[in-house]
Formats: sequence, C-alpha cells, structure tokens
Amino acid sequence: MLRPVPGRPPRVRRVPRVRTHRAVSPWLFLLPGLAVVAVFSLYPFVSTVGRAFTDARTLSPGHWVGLANFRAMAADEQFWVALRNSGLYVLLVVPFTVLLPLLLALLVEKPLRGVAFFRAAYYTPVVASVVVVALIWNWMLDDRGLVNGLLRLADAGPVPFLGDEWLLLFAAMALTVWKGLGYYMIIYLAALATVPRELHEAAAVDGAGPLRRFTSVTVPAVRSTMVLVGALSSVAAFKVFAEVFLLAGPTGGPAGQDTTLVMLVQRTGTGLGGRTGYASALSLVVFVVALLLMLLVLYAGARDRTTRGPEGEAR
Amino acid sequence: MTWTTRTSPWEKALRYALMTAVLALTVGPFLWQLSTSLKGGTEDLYTWPPRLLPRHPTLGNYAEVARIVPVWDYALNSVKVAVASVLTNLAGASMAGYALARLRFRGRRAAGLAFVLALLVPLESVIIAQFTLVRELRLNDSLVAVVLPGAVGALNVLLMRNAFAAVPYEMEEAAVVDGANVWQRFTRVALPSVRGTLAVVAIFAFMGAWDDFLWPLIVLSDPRHFTLTVGLNHLHGTFAQDPRLVAAGTVIAVAPLILMFVCLQRYFFRGVGEGAVKG
Repeated sequence: MLRPVPGRPPRVRRVPRVRTHRAVSPWLFLLPGLAVVAVFSLYPFVSTVGRAFTDARTLSPGHWVGLANFRAMAADEQFWVALRNSGLYVLLVVPFTVLLPLLLALLVEKPLRGVAFFRAAYYTPVVASVVVVALIWNWMLDDRGLVNGLLRLADAGPVPFLGDEWLLLFAAMALTVWKGLGYYMIIYLAALATVPRELHEAAAVDGAGPLRRFTSVTVPAVRSTMVLVGALSSVAAFKVFAEVFLLAGPTGGPAGQDTTLVMLVQRTGTGLGGRTGYASALSLVVFVVALLLMLLVLYAGARDRTTRGPEGEAR
Repeated sequence: MTWTTRTSPWEKALRYALMTAVLALTVGPFLWQLSTSLKGGTEDLYTWPPRLLPRHPTLGNYAEVARIVPVWDYALNSVKVAVASVLTNLAGASMAGYALARLRFRGRRAAGLAFVLALLVPLESVIIAQFTLVRELRLNDSLVAVVLPGAVGALNVLLMRNAFAAVPYEMEEAAVVDGANVWQRFTRVALPSVRGTLAVVAIFAFMGAWDDFLWPLIVLSDPRHFTLTVGLNHLHGTFAQDPRLVAAGTVIAVAPLILMFVCLQRYFFRGVGEGAVKG
C-alpha cells in the first residue's frame, strides 16, 4: 500500500512530491522493464552460476559435478589459448583506444569550417555493424586486396594478413581500434569542451610548446575521461567475439589458435550437442575477469588522482 | 595542437591535411566497398592503381546476390527485429523510468537497483543461459527470441529515469491539481518533455538490434529467419570467392543505418555522451 513513510517529514527529497493514489500503478509501470531484466539478465546470471557446477548439455539438465568443469578448464589447452588471446586483446587494444581518439578529438576540436562534417564522417564505422566492417576489411586485407596492392607498390610481397595466426589477431585488433575511434572521440570532445581555454593560453604565454601543453594541460584535464574510456574499452576488448570470428572464421584461424574466450563459450555451449555446463563455467570466467578489469582501471584512476592532488580533477 | 587565440595558416593547412588523411582511413573502406559492389563481372577488381569509379557501373551484383541468398528477406527480418526493439524499448524504458523518477512507492530503491545490477552483467557471460532459457520456452529459432533479451535495455531505463528527473515538477503538479491520474500525467505531461531522450533511446535500440550478431547467430538456425548480419556471415562463408557479391550484401546492410545517421546525427552524438557516462 502506498502511504507516506512514517516518521519522515514531508518533502525531504526532490522526487516524491507528486504522489500516486494507488500502490499498484508504480508496479504496472515497472512490470515490462523489470520482467525483461529479471528474466533475461538477472535470472540467466544466477542460472549460469548454478549450471557452471553441472555437466549439463543442451538437451539435458545434467548433474552436480562440483568443480569438475573448472578442473577440466585448467587442463584444456583451448581455454588457455583463448584466455591468452582475450588478454592480449586488452593489453594491445586499450592503449590505442585511450590515446588515438583523444588525439583525434584534439584534431577536430577547433571550430574550423567543415569540421562538423569530418566529425560525423569519423563516426561512420561506429554506426556500421561489426559484421559489415569485418567483411570490408576481409576484402581489403585479402592477398590480392587493396592493402596488399599498396604494399606491392613498396615492393613488399603480399602479406598473408588472413592466413597467419598472429597477423590475423593483430588485424582483428586494428579493426577494433578503428571501429571505436569515432565513438571514443565523441566522449573526449565532450570532456575537452569543459577545459578552460585560459589554461592553454597561460601555458602558451609561458612558452610551452604543443607537446608540453598536451602533457601538462590537456591530459590532466581529461584524465578522468581517459580512465572511463580505459574501463569501457578494456571490458569490451576482453569480450571480443565478432571481429575475430569473422576474420579468422568460426574455428578461430589456423589450428584454432585465434580463438577468444567468448568464441570458446559460443562454440562449446551452443547447438544441439552444446556442453552448456562447461560453457557456463567459461562464462563465469568472462564475467569475473570483465568485472575485475573494470574495477582495476577505475581503482588505478582513482588512486592516481588522489596522489596527484586536486589539480587533476577534470570537472 | 590545442586552443590558441588565433589559428595560423600553417596550422590550418596542417589540420585540414590530417583531417583529410583520417577521412580516407575511416570512410575510404566504405567507398571502396560501394565501388566494388558496382563493378561488373568483366571488370578487373585488381587493377593497379585501384579504380574507385567503376568503368561501367551496374546494379547486377545486387540482383545476383539476391538470387543466391534471400538477402531482401534477411533485410525484412532485420527491419522487423529493429522496429520491435525500438517499440518495446520506448514503451518499457519510459514507463519504468517514469516510475523510478516520479512515483513514490515502497521498493523503489530495490527496483532501481535491479536495473543497475543488470547493467553490470555482460551479455556475453549469460548468453548460454539465455540460449537454454529460450529453448525451454520453445522460442528458439524465432525472431521473437532475437528481440526479447534486449526488449527493454537496463541502460535505457536509467537514461529515461534521469530524463524524467530533470523535468521540472511544477508542470506535473498543475496536472495533479487538475485531477489528472498517473497515466494521464505520464502520457500528456511527462512524455512530451523528454522527447530528446526518447529519440536517443529509439536510435540506439534500432542500431543495437540491426547490428547485433552474437545473439541472433546463436538463436537462429533456420535460414528463413536469418537477420542481415547472420545472413551476411553465411554469404561470406559460402560465396567468398566473388568480392562483388559480398560487397553488394554489405552495402544493403549498412546503407539504412548510414542514412539514418546522416539525418539524425545529433541524437547519435547525444546518446554516446549520456550512455557512456552512465554505462
């Protein structure tokens, strides 16, 4: 039943001034949203935790097996390859997604004529589906594609971008960085708009060159945004699926050496013969590592700021 | 590289040169794909220097790709999924967001927390459970199953909550005095004042559903139900030998979104700002 909370003076908060007359209506408003989130997000999470300790398959619920899935994982060579690839993805992609979009934002920050067009154009890869983008790259990186044509011009033989285990992984990483440029650029542009212009002018008067102004004015001012971008992109990089799946193929390149963790989840857990129990255990690893990564980046960012003092505050 | 009072001509020239170079890197691949899709079967794709403008532009590849795979059916499936996702997200997220921002009831905090928790669970880590669930509900291999998990995004609910919370109350109070009930206040007073955020939610729901790959790939097995992304993956696997056909398929998949982006740019950019800060 809806009633004023006893013992609390009226109008304490901003929110509760307008009151409902019946207690059911708020729940009717919430019903569709809560139902979807509960059934397709929260419940699946709980059931994933439960299933991770069973030998369930797609067509059978399976039995409790304790930690057997995790022991099997430790002995599974594919798991370690996948973990290595997803980890490498984070290590090699994140520095670029933190830095390159910032430089790009600085490039299009000045209100020159036509700059809005460039900003919008840089956003195009974000709008496109990763499938479309991966197929475009597939064609460009082909042995006879555009990129190898350019390389031939420089007398470099065709590079087997799509045939070599490592080149494939690097190509997928480059694709991820490229596709995210515009997205993170917009985030940085919003942050840069809050940097007081006087700071740059004062630094310029003091004789600081562009590089010096970048490291001592721009970077401290947008540090919290860099941390945010770092957190967002490291979680996204660890969960990489489509880029590698599409460039290296469903089986993950030569001898499966390019399989990522989410690809492994997809491959083991789906289809009629899917080992959903084992795949759930793998999913838990994805969840835990993604959460740890986010906390780690946010913690590093927060600690960095407190040791540096208040001049590092962005807003 | 940064703000100074005046821009020297050298700096201007350098900036335009760099901006154009990045333009070539970001948009060039799309143009190259479009060009490939318009080249006839007799035109050499591997000439050097590469030829961006087709010698004899033709739409033949589009007809051919549609003959090999039902690409227009895939497109129709994608439209259905995307439109359904837009409608469910608009309705579900605005209603839930309104309740969280404006209505007073016991359990409001807990309800808000449920959406925040849902935001913390990466889709990829529950995808197997969702697959099992959809099978148990006997919905697998249907477009309904493709839409359902993303029907009301937790982030959209929180975006709508913030939008409603930012609307000044006086308007609603006047409506209360006039005897309006909750539903009337919601539809006549509150909703019209958050149109901007509704547009953001609609666009990101459309884009998310149209571009999604992993979930439809897992759920759909009957080619008649394929969405464009899954269909393209199939096309790529089967007919990779002719880049012209794959190119035509990708152009069909990407053109509607680019068109939408050109028309509704500012909402796309707003969505990035709002979504990133909260996400």
